[in-house]
Amino acid sequence: MSAQQSRYSAGTRVLHWLAAVLVFTTIIVGFTLANSLGSYAVLLGVHKALGATVFVVFVVRVVNRLTHRAPALPAGVGGVERLAIAGSELGMYVLLLAQPLIGWSMLSASGVPVTLFGSVTLPAIAPVDAATYGLLRNAHSVVAYVLVLMIAAHVSAVLLHTLTLRDGMLRRMTFGRDSATSDEPDAGGPVVTASAGGTRAQEPQPESGS
Amino acid sequence: MKRGQGSPGSWGGKPITRRGVIIGMAAVGGFLVVDLGATLYARGPLGSGGRLTPQAFVDAFHRVYGRHPGYRLNHSKGVAVTGYFESNGAGTELTSAAVFRSGRTPLQGRFSLSGGNPNLSDAAGVARGLGLAIGYPDQQQWRMAMLNIPVFLDNSPQGFYDRLLASKNDPTTGKPDPAVMKAFLAAHPETAKAMDVVKQHPPTAGFADSTFRSLNAFYFVNGAGTRTPVRWSLDPLQPLQTPQPASKNPDWLFDNLIRNMASGPLRWRLLLTVAEPGDNLRDATIAWPEQRRVIDTGTVVLERIETEAAGNARDINFDPMVLPSGIEPSEDPLLPARSAVYSASLRRRAGTSGAAPQVNVNEVAQ
Repeated sequence: MSAQQSRYSAGTRVLHWLAAVLVFTTIIVGFTLANSLGSYAVLLGVHKALGATVFVVFVVRVVNRLTHRAPALPAGVGGVERLAIAGSELGMYVLLLAQPLIGWSMLSASGVPVTLFGSVTLPAIAPVDAATYGLLRNAHSVVAYVLVLMIAAHVSAVLLHTLTLRDGMLRRMTFGRDSATSDEPDAGGPVVTASAGGTRAQEPQPESGS
Repeated sequence: MKRGQGSPGSWGGKPITRRGVIIGMAAVGGFLVVDLGATLYARGPLGSGGRLTPQAFVDAFHRVYGRHPGYRLNHSKGVAVTGYFESNGAGTELTSAAVFRSGRTPLQGRFSLSGGNPNLSDAAGVARGLGLAIGYPDQQQWRMAMLNIPVFLDNSPQGFYDRLLASKNDPTTGKPDPAVMKAFLAAHPETAKAMDVVKQHPPTAGFADSTFRSLNAFYFVNGAGTRTPVRWSLDPLQPLQTPQPASKNPDWLFDNLIRNMASGPLRWRLLLTVAEPGDNLRDATIAWPEQRRVIDTGTVVLERIETEAAGNARDINFDPMVLPSGIEPSEDPLLPARSAVYSASLRRRAGTSGAAPQVNVNEVAQ
């Protein structure tokens, strides 16, 4: 198996890191604007623009995910963990597509025009209704907190795999040569070991939650 | 989740070293500090130390007026109206906003009294509010929240916050503590001056003969791109009534309005006051000189009055930053702060059931 196949395609990796920066920035700007007086209006404009971009990026990512195969997970990732990885990946895709739509529909429900970048006007996608607005507004916050926790779990899991198990998990999504980790005896992507799950590591696997 | 027997351990057949565990945990800890820390810093209260936030205003309104779930934080007592703006086209000189072209734009509005307690009795000296959403809920709608006073009392969010707290009634006297108010006015001379101006313009008899003002300045932008700083006002076409002595009816101001509207629509001229160079555009406590050019742009006509209910003005956030193209906010720091706090208020009341309207148009005292 070549080193190339042990990684996601270059396009997937670019999309992943672009999405990582965008999502984290959008969430932090969102929390900041809800807690801000003087910069409220400016931050709201930035947040809406970022949120719309996140949505577009994730539509592209869904298409990309369905048309590209993921590299194998490191050997030693067991069945339960595979299930958790697949579930968290699906969950993050769903929430990151839903969150911009919740934001858009909540603004629609409050009866304000939804404008992007100061000039693009979006149609209303929910009826003007205060109770609906209240539900969607709370949902927007709940999903934001869930995303913060999912990002925490996602990054923590990859860090523990990469640094504690040293199984090269992070390498699947990084750029550059293999120098840093390939010195490690068990790094460098999937390696068939004697462990129970090891042989399955050669098969294409679901992309780890990204 | 199978853990091997080797020392210090293994995971799925991978040996785990003590060093690996420490490095892994340190990296995870580092990331969690960044991820959760940034979140707590952004949403507060971690990063809000000493800084005014919407939550601080929510807490201050609750402290001064008590908690009244389902009502607006401020201007809690009010009544919904509907009508239209009949533009005469004169405003198009200053703005490309569609509402100023000749013709009618429907509107929703709300009369209210200042203060966060919806059960308070009407009083002549309490600031009267009129919120309008012209063209609501269309894309080019224009929202505004006006008051019947000649200038606003504060020129900064901090000033409003401090005045709010200073105005809290002492539980023993039922009035604000004079020493606290005196200290506040000493710290906020702009409010002391504005209060003097307000005193020179005693309130009219009721809502119908009140002049309502935008107070904050806005930029009107015309088709040529010229930005003209403007304040606007609604000038009543109803004749001035003689103020009556205080009534025992706790809803006398609203009941008079309901009676007025029962006998026909109420009308106000929408006047644009054009700033001249040097006029203060970011301090709503300062009146512009009298000799400013005034443009009569048409008539606001209020036809129907309704008890607050789902679907009418009860649910409209009269956010002064919701503007059509052709009108832009000025640099007045109150504008984004009003937007932020109004939004916090809407969020907390939206969908909260059981907040009975305090002004009922079918229950007018005789």
